[in-house]
Amino acid sequence: MNYIDTSLKVVGTRPIRPDGVDKVTGRAVFAADTRAAGMLWGKVLRSPHAHARIVSIDTSKAEALAGVHAVVTAADFPEIVSEEAFVGEGPMNFRDLSMNCMARGKALYEGHALAAVAATTQEIADRALALIDVQYDVLPHVIDVEAAMADDAPVLHDDLFTAGVDPAPTKPSNVAKVVTFRKGDAEAGFAEADVIVEGRYTTQPVHQAYIEPHACMATYAPDGQVSIHSSSQGHFMVRAYTAKLLGLNLSNIRVNPAEIGGGFGGKTLVYLEPVAVALSRKCGRTVKMQMTREEVFRASGPTSGAAMEIKIGAKKDGTIVAAKQILKYQAGAFPGSPIGPGCMCGFAMYDLPNVDVVGYDVVSNRPKVAAYRAPGAPITSFAVECALDDLALKLDLDPLTLREKNAAKNGTKTHYGPTHHNIGFTAVLDAVKAHPHWKSPVKEGQGRGLACGFWFNIGGESSAQVHVNEDGTVTAATGSPDIGGSRASIGMMVAEVLGVPPTTVRTIVADTASIGFTFLTGGSRVTFATGMAATQAAEKVVEDLKRRAAQTWEIPVEAVEWKDGKAYPAGSNAGAFEPLDLATLALKSPRTGGPIIAEVSVNAQGAGPGFGAHICDVSVDRETGQVTIERYTAVQDVGKAIHPSYVEGQIQGGAAQGIGWALNEEYIYNDKGQMENPGFLDYRVPVASDVPMIEAVLVEVPNPRHPFGARGVGEVPIIPPMAAIGNAIRRAAGVRMHDLPMSPPKLRAALDAASG
Amino acid sequence: MAKNYVTTTINGEQTEFLCETQQTLLDVLRDVIGLTGSKEGCASGDCGACSVIMNGRLVCSCLVLGVEAEGATITTIEGIAQGDKLHPVQQKFLEHAALQCGFCTPGLIVASKALLDENPNPTETEARYWLAGNLCRCTGYDKIIRAVMDAAAELRGESVG
Repeated sequence: MNYIDTSLKVVGTRPIRPDGVDKVTGRAVFAADTRAAGMLWGKVLRSPHAHARIVSIDTSKAEALAGVHAVVTAADFPEIVSEEAFVGEGPMNFRDLSMNCMARGKALYEGHALAAVAATTQEIADRALALIDVQYDVLPHVIDVEAAMADDAPVLHDDLFTAGVDPAPTKPSNVAKVVTFRKGDAEAGFAEADVIVEGRYTTQPVHQAYIEPHACMATYAPDGQVSIHSSSQGHFMVRAYTAKLLGLNLSNIRVNPAEIGGGFGGKTLVYLEPVAVALSRKCGRTVKMQMTREEVFRASGPTSGAAMEIKIGAKKDGTIVAAKQILKYQAGAFPGSPIGPGCMCGFAMYDLPNVDVVGYDVVSNRPKVAAYRAPGAPITSFAVECALDDLALKLDLDPLTLREKNAAKNGTKTHYGPTHHNIGFTAVLDAVKAHPHWKSPVKEGQGRGLACGFWFNIGGESSAQVHVNEDGTVTAATGSPDIGGSRASIGMMVAEVLGVPPTTVRTIVADTASIGFTFLTGGSRVTFATGMAATQAAEKVVEDLKRRAAQTWEIPVEAVEWKDGKAYPAGSNAGAFEPLDLATLALKSPRTGGPIIAEVSVNAQGAGPGFGAHICDVSVDRETGQVTIERYTAVQDVGKAIHPSYVEGQIQGGAAQGIGWALNEEYIYNDKGQMENPGFLDYRVPVASDVPMIEAVLVEVPNPRHPFGARGVGEVPIIPPMAAIGNAIRRAAGVRMHDLPMSPPKLRAALDAASG
Repeated sequence: MAKNYVTTTINGEQTEFLCETQQTLLDVLRDVIGLTGSKEGCASGDCGACSVIMNGRLVCSCLVLGVEAEGATITTIEGIAQGDKLHPVQQKFLEHAALQCGFCTPGLIVASKALLDENPNPTETEARYWLAGNLCRCTGYDKIIRAVMDAAAELRGESVG
């Protein structure tokens, strides 16, 4: 059923989330909060070298230390053949993931896991790590993406040959893949252009910087049954990877999802779980592992840094006739940067006749990248949206007018293939135009930037159960870890369908043995896909309740209607019966067929892409190069906001992450390829005093493929900030910043250069 | 090495524990006493997820040694609500949806309470600078600041709705 044009009682309101009280009182149980009797502490030995051949690992002294119960190295993991894994978000290969969890043959980045120990205390585990003797043959390393592409660069993988080029190369390379997207004839388009803007842009890898470090607890029982308690964006993902990396059956592994303390894409793969299980298998004890913050930075995935070239040509009236982009994305130590979405997203917002995009996926001696909110899109959009601002300046056009002129609409064919349907980009631009922020004059000494963002959003496999309890209250269970309030939105959709207050629905995240398969929480899919499954499960329950009422009244089921949580006879012909509410029907359930439950699994399609536009006012301290965000407004098409507060929260949080990406965040490496700022003191994410209030403006162009019209909302908001801020700086200070982060030293240097 | 015997008051209860000399107060709270509401986000005093109030002062419990708790009075997140009555800061965090993943929330609530204990009428800027030691990666701080300002108003007896 579709509820888009119906009057809604629950969806669109702002109830308190079901897990809220636990989280404000400290009771919520995150992965590191559990312990078990006889539990051991697992710790990982990590490579101090950016690139080294592992000559030998001698663990005998560590094993002999009192209190140490197990030591594992790559020798304790089966060697896995190369096989694409479609388990997480973004490209991954089972063999690479195995080698990322435990280095085999070579250490490929500083922080790469080499061995792990399990001991009775953390202190003994640390001492044991120091007793492991690793002999290295240190190799030359390469950090920078373009340096890694050079002919004479140190090669990370002898068996990596560039895919996507013809003829196939015979020499191994750090370029894993070349991808191209072409529409029309870009060169012919540029020949017709009245004006052309060009630029070279770079972005730095940035970490998702979830505040909760990775953690898990695992037990391998003597009968081969494995239980894992961990914090991840997908407990089915944890199960799949752990099974594959250790050669276990899925049915022997049960993963319990802990509360997750942030992920943003960074917890869509595993680092610790297979290692904890391997340790437990070796000693028969429960093993708990948790990363330090330093390990999170040195060993878990940021998103790519990149080098990009862009060229856009337009007619005098602002109509874009050609666009070209070359994107070089870092993948980290193993192939698999988000180069595909990078090539697609930057130009996806515009109706362009001629497009030429070439992307390179490049390995170097850094941690393997992981998904980070709209993987790949913020990077490309930094270049595209800055170039569009240069174009607007060159044409003396309002930057909003330029975008309106070229905006993708329903029926626009993208340069990567699909045609847009039911999109809300124009509505977003209209909302920008009408917003008081956009209409207000720019304050003296400030500059205003505008930038837009696009993300596909995804659907996929989700399962949900709805149980009517014996007293008529409701439990809704799904397989989707709740990362930002999805239990609230799922429960609200169920309550809406059942016609009951949301407070009577308790929503939980069920473990891998208690609910059908559910793809991980990512791609902005949960409220869309899992919400669809939960809505359909609630509808099945309503059908069942109507059948039971019909049975009670001895009338046909078609003569029963469900309204406001009660069964009514549908009209006077059906007979005169007192309505039956949920509690009454639940009480009678033993006599009408037994327990009232429904489970629905879907493979949801038609996620409906999201578009956003951010307006940012900045001031620039010319003496220090410090940028202050004076005012920030984020407009986004969200389809339908199920719980508007959490939709706004996604937008505000995404914008703040983008502000950090724009102004502060970067990895600093020394000449040995070691990260020098692996902590929150020196890797500076935005704090409360760095940002203003962020106004989230919700535009609702319903997605017809979702019962309530919802679109994913979590990813779009991180895309526009870098360019919005860059464009604001350009207009405030007269300098175009091409390289992220736009930190005080860089801005000072640019201001000095501009003043000659 | 022999463990240290420490007597302290945590959330109004006299509490005794044994700890290694190098163990932090955060380790003691989480691993010895079992109060896991205080979180470890960095163990270096940069994220504030382990914030507690010690002798009336807001501190990162990861930067305090367990032995330093001797004779001290400590309030952790578990001691902010009075029985089943939430503190106004907690209630406003819920009403304003000022949390997403909830991992930084205990530290932010403790820090916000400490702010309002000291300054019942903070400006937005004062609240932002006071809370600058508590990292939140999910919310962008907007709703957190609104919740704190609203809680302050309620504690002052003003209703801002």
